[in-house]
Formats: sequence, structure tokens, C-alpha cells
Amino acid sequence: MINPAKTCQPIGAMYAALGIKGCLPHSHGAQGCCAYHRSTLTRHYKEPISASSSSFTEGASVFGGQANLLQAINNIFSVYEPDVIAVHTTCLSETIGDDLPQIFNKAIKDQIVPEGKTVFGASTPSYIGSHVTGFSNMVKAMAALAQPSDNKNGTINIIPGWVEPSDMEELKRLAALIGAKIMMFPDTSGVLDAPLTGTYSMFPGGGTPIDKIKDAGSASGTLALGEWCSADAARLLDTKCKVPCSILDMPFGLQATDRFIDALRTIAGSSVPDEISIERGKLVDMMSDMHQYFYGKKVAIAGDPDQLIAMTEFLVSIDMCPVHIVTGTPGKKFEKRIRELTGEMDCEVNVKAKGDLFLLHQWIKNEPVDLLIGNTYCKYIARDEDLPFVRWGFPILDRQGHQHFPTVGYTGGLRLLEKILSVLLDRKDRDDPEEVFELVL
Amino acid sequence: MRKVAIYGKGGIGKSTTTQNTVAGLAEMGRKVMVVGCDPKADSTRLLLGGLAQKTVLDALREEGEDVELDDIRKAAYGGTWAVESGGPEPGVGCAGRGIITSINMLESLGAYEECEGLDYAFYDVLGDVVCGGFAMPIRDGKAEEIYIVCSGEMMAMYAANNICKGVMKFAQSGSVRLAGLICNSRNVDNEEQMIEEFAKKLGTHMIYFIPRHNDVQRAEINRKTVIEWDPTVSQADEYRGLARAIDSNKNLVIPTPLEIDELEQLLLDFGLLQQA
Repeated sequence: MINPAKTCQPIGAMYAALGIKGCLPHSHGAQGCCAYHRSTLTRHYKEPISASSSSFTEGASVFGGQANLLQAINNIFSVYEPDVIAVHTTCLSETIGDDLPQIFNKAIKDQIVPEGKTVFGASTPSYIGSHVTGFSNMVKAMAALAQPSDNKNGTINIIPGWVEPSDMEELKRLAALIGAKIMMFPDTSGVLDAPLTGTYSMFPGGGTPIDKIKDAGSASGTLALGEWCSADAARLLDTKCKVPCSILDMPFGLQATDRFIDALRTIAGSSVPDEISIERGKLVDMMSDMHQYFYGKKVAIAGDPDQLIAMTEFLVSIDMCPVHIVTGTPGKKFEKRIRELTGEMDCEVNVKAKGDLFLLHQWIKNEPVDLLIGNTYCKYIARDEDLPFVRWGFPILDRQGHQHFPTVGYTGGLRLLEKILSVLLDRKDRDDPEEVFELVL
Repeated sequence: MRKVAIYGKGGIGKSTTTQNTVAGLAEMGRKVMVVGCDPKADSTRLLLGGLAQKTVLDALREEGEDVELDDIRKAAYGGTWAVESGGPEPGVGCAGRGIITSINMLESLGAYEECEGLDYAFYDVLGDVVCGGFAMPIRDGKAEEIYIVCSGEMMAMYAANNICKGVMKFAQSGSVRLAGLICNSRNVDNEEQMIEEFAKKLGTHMIYFIPRHNDVQRAEINRKTVIEWDPTVSQADEYRGLARAIDSNKNLVIPTPLEIDELEQLLLDFGLLQQA
């Protein structure tokens, strides 16, 4: 690994935990971990990220972190008064073998968890998997809070996966239009895209209330978006609470959104409202209008597996050729799935799970592309190879606004197409010699 | 100053052997510090007369980083110094990290400085070298002479062979060497010959054969080394013998650990075959 295409598990765990209403993420480890994870999230979402740390010292590394965590729980509930503390471990606390459930039990026995408050946690050692694994582990830990129930309430659990706050908002909007009664968790909308009101609130109004998550066992089904981000939690709800689940791709692009809308429609027992059909029509229109510019263009993409799968399908559907595809997250299924999606293309495809950006760069040098899509770290490759570049995924550290504009759903598809075409035509305008420099493209 | 570490299978008698030998060295007028590297903190009981003492990590826990040498070092039998690393409760934390922390702390507090006038530092390390922490005493610049306590029992020899692998690894980049096997007899058939042969195959020697004797037990019940408890008994002379052997030992090697088949063959050749 030379130039990683991934980061630490706890970053994902912290982001997921922020999708619970009134929740303070807690990092069980040394202070530096927590500082790095907070700052990475802050740089991407442009919001202050509150999180606490067990502040391990040398003594805690030897004697175990129980005393630190108990004191932290006590301090947090008396000083910051969150509804929930979501603890994630770090490499250090995992390696010394701290047992979170045992410490939580001790905290409850010692009566330092106030009535009506919740403390739960997930194991997130960064030497396994990636930030996506950490997100998935934390969401699974949320699902583990749910209890089996015989009183089904007709709700559908939606596990959105690691998408932007605006994407979560968009998913809720689509479900509401169809008339599906849903409970989405985690939900960072209203937390990490909160308005500036002049009054600082440590816990903005958004997020899924913990009681609703605990009631996830009463739902009649779960839609999990993304195998890597959401499937583990959905399967746990299935085995533990007998809530049947469907695992869908993240709804980026036309076809994946179609499948998501179809699943919602089936569950809600309603037909697709005109409003959504119109949005779909606009996307189809734009796809055909822009097709002449997209056709046959080669694309390199880097990012997280669930996003890449949906994006690859979308790119293929607009006749672009995603030829180099890299994720830093492990998973052989990823490569298999990408092969299936690109099987009809008449060019060779390089795909690698557990790869890195150095590999992507080498592939691009061997087989140049017309477009690069990825997170901010890809900008060095874009600069070296002078490539049109669309920032998409996590983290985006050098541009703003992404947290407010969804890329899921049909309207999200419009935005993706607009961004892709803009960079391609900006490049054409830059490079065209004067005699072919055209007003109308 | 000679820096010595004693390793061996759990329960083989490392702490007993170390303390009795150190008593012998003290009797010879040598200045010795014993550093117990076992979270159970029971490596210096006989030298201290059963005194429970504050371990390095207890001091760290209670005083923070503001620890002084006298907080953690106790004067023991015959002018020796006794230190216990200590460690976490069973089942939590990281005992290996505890050893690293406490040895670093002893160094930074100057326990090994010339002005302390030590002839020997003895590290008494628990059981197998299970992780990097328990290998701390054999890292470069720490213990340079390793003695492995073993007996003629299969598992003790297996553990000894395994420890040799650790020593070999560190010896390649540093000054640590295997100095010999100490056979703490379990009255196994042909034990002495077998351990001699085993030592030869490892590239070292059996530095001493300690016969089994109930006086060791009797002294332990009285919280004393054999030499302190009754200097006239035969077992006291055995430990004096071992102390002299260590004091004059110049045989330091990089060990050549055996393959498991070789080790089993050794047992067959010396033990089982002759019974059959």
C-alpha cells in the first residue's frame, strides 16, 4: 500500500453515530485518534464534529481502559448531557483486548448511566477493513439495540449507508412521496448540514431518535442500501428480530434508483407518483441529450465499494467506459460485481478491491482515460495526468457544498451528469485551438 | 554489570531457581538486582521474606509519572535489590506493555547506572515469550545472557526450544546470547543425559543440574531462599554451585533451535526407548 484509498474504521463509526439524535460519539483510545477522526469529518462536512475520548495514557494501555471509559461516561452525562453515547474502539484498545460490553454492564451496575440514556458501542480496529467497515460495524451495533417484537407497526427500516446528509434527506423525500412509512437510521440530515442560526447547539435537531432504532424490531421489513455499508445491520435485524431484509445497491444513477423506487412502491403497496415519474423523465432526457459527449469516453474511478458499484452501472448506462476501478476496502465480491456490470463493454477493465491510488495512477499511465472520478486525494493524479476530475465520495476536503446537494435518486443523477459534462466541456474549451473554439457545444 | 534473564515454561521453577541462585551470588559478595517481569509479582518473595511490595506499575498507577527509584526498589536478602514490574488484573489490559513500561521506567530512573554498583541484573520473566512485551528483556541493550530453566519433561523442553527461537531472532541483530540450560530436575528417567544432549543440539551447555529436594519447599514455606533458611543443607550447596557456574560462565552462543521431529526423537532416544 503506497497511497491508500481508505482511512480508519472509527471515522465511519463516528459518522454513523452522528446520525443518531442527541448522540455523542466516543473514541475509546488515545486522544490523537479522536482528534484525527473529528478533523477529517469536519474538513469534509464543514461542521464542528463533537466527540469525546477515553484519553488513554501509558497506564491505561497496561491496565486496560475500563477506568477511563467509566469516568468518561460519568463526565459526559454530567457535562454534555447527550441522550446517547456511541462508543467505538481504536487499534490500541482493541489490541489490549478491552471488552466493551463488560464495561457497559459495569457502568449500568455502578449507576453512572442515567435513567433513559443509552450507551452502546462497536469494535472498530483500523487494522481490519476500512472506514466503510467501521461505518458498517457501528450501524450493526445500532441494529443490535433492537429487540424482537410481535407488534408489527407497518414501518420499513431504511439503512441508507454512508451517503451525504443531503442524500439521506432525499431518500426520505422519495419515500414520503411514495407514501411509504419509513424509519431511517442512521440519519445525519439536520445534523451535519444544519443551518447557521446564531446559536450553537452541540446536538442539532436532526438524527434518528434512539427509541425508534430500539423499535426497529417492530418493522415489517428492512431496505439496506449497499452491501458493504448496510447489509450486516439488516441481516442482524433479520436473524435477531425476524425482520426480513432486501439488500439493494445505493440508488445512484437511473437503474439503481429504479430498483430502489420499485422496492419502496412494492412495500408501500402504492403506485409511483407523477412527481417521481417526472423526475425520472428529466434524467432520461438529460442522459439522451448529453449522450454524444459521453459515448465511449474512458473513466477511472476510486472510492468506496457501494458507491463504485452504483456509479459503474450508471457510467455504463450512459455508454461511458469505466476502465480503472479501485477501492481501498477489501472484498472479493466487489471485483466480481464490477466484472458483471462491465461484462458487456468492449474494452478491458481493471478492477481492484483492497487496492490503492498508486495502483490507479499506474493503470492510468498505462491506459489513459478521459475522466477521473474520486475523492480529493485523487486530485494529485488529476494534476499529474492533466485529467478532467469530478470530486465525488469521501472525503472531499477542498470543495464545499457537496453536503447540501444530493447525488442519490433521479435528481441526484441530474447533478452527477451535469458535473461530469461540465468538466469534460471545460477541458474541451481550454484545449480547443482558436479556429474550432465554439460558442455552442 | 552482567544482565541476565531467566526464561522457561510456566511452573518450571524460574522464580525459585533465580532467587536461590541470587542468594548464592549475594553470599559470594556480588551486588544483584532482581527484576520480576510477571504480572503476578511473585518473583522476589523469597528474597524479601514475603514482603508484599509496591510494583513499578502500581507506583505508576498511583503516583502518575512522578515515580522515584526508592518507591519501587526494595532492599532484600544479602544486600540485593528487588523490583517487581507488576501488571494488570488477570483478563484485562496488556501485561506485555506493562513489562515494556516498567523496564523503560527503571532505565529512566537510573536503576542500571554505574553508580548503583551492580554486578548483576536478573530479569525473571513469566512462562513463554508470548508477545513483544515479554521479549522486552532480550531486546538489544537489555539482558545479554539468557538462561532457560527446563526439565526432562516434553513440554518443558518444547517451551525451552521455543524460547530459543525468540533468542535467535534477537541475537541476529543484538548482543543477547543463550548462556545455558538449567535443569531443574523432575526426576524424569535419564534426565541429566537428555538435557545435556538437548543443550548440545541447541549449541549451548547444561550449566547445572539441580536435583529435586524437599528442602526447597520447606524454605519456601518459610518465605526464604534455601541459603537463608538453612545454609548447611545439601540443596544450599547446589544453588551455590549454580551461582559459581553462572559467575564463571563464558559460554555465550546464538542458539540453534530444533525442529519438532528432532525434539521428539530426543525424547524417544533417551526416555521412552529405554523404558520399552
